[in-house]
Amino acid sequence: MKNMNMSNLVRTSAGLLMPFVLVFGFYIVIHGHLTPGGGFQGGAVIATAFVLLFVAHSRETIRERISLGFMKNTETLGLMLFILTALIALGVGLAFFGNWLVGTGGLFGTPVAFGINPGDLNTGGVIPIMNVAVGLEVLGAMSVIILAMLSGIGREA
Amino acid sequence: MKQIVTWIVIAVVAGSLLLCASGLEFGAPAYQDMDDYMIAHGQEETGGNNIVTDVVFDYRGFDTLGEATVLFTAVLGIGLVLRTLAKEDEEYEYE
Repeated sequence: MKNMNMSNLVRTSAGLLMPFVLVFGFYIVIHGHLTPGGGFQGGAVIATAFVLLFVAHSRETIRERISLGFMKNTETLGLMLFILTALIALGVGLAFFGNWLVGTGGLFGTPVAFGINPGDLNTGGVIPIMNVAVGLEVLGAMSVIILAMLSGIGREA
Repeated sequence: MKQIVTWIVIAVVAGSLLLCASGLEFGAPAYQDMDDYMIAHGQEETGGNNIVTDVVFDYRGFDTLGEATVLFTAVLGIGLVLRTLAKEDEEYEYE
């Protein structure tokens, strides 16, 4: 069990690739309201970056760097942020899941022109916030699943 | 004999379904009032350029909440099934 990590080549490649996968995943999450993708897809891509590390390194190394509790907290934080954003709409007099930020001119409130346009990051109302929340949730959920399964490698059933 | 009957039933059912489907035009749903409304008003009402995300996170927010709950429940179930292993792992780690 001690020396179950891959060769040096695989570990170095995984370390080199991981930042790019992470940046791509965060790009998909942040631009969810402008380009194809969104919270679920981007969260899955970010989780893939972590899975790349899990595959390349031994279980002990991963346990030292990434804890199961941290990923559980990430998932819970994402879900809480998602529900909280939906609940705030009730506080400002809209329906549950109402878009209480759109058209206000403030954060994510820039009005958007009709038709095909490149778009602006500062639009979308609560949609970017919910994208980030769902991205956090999916990232945490996938990592928890992989970490939980990883703890069973090499054990007798 | 039984097998032949089974195949005949499959052929009849599949054939009738294909016959029904052959009359449909591809890419032309029967009711598209909702699609037209969302394409026409989605950008001004939700402020997002990606209409799919507008539908998922604004018009159909409840669906997304359910989807997130399904994912949470899946993680809960996996944690329940693999609980013993994770616990052993933690003890192993802190010894």
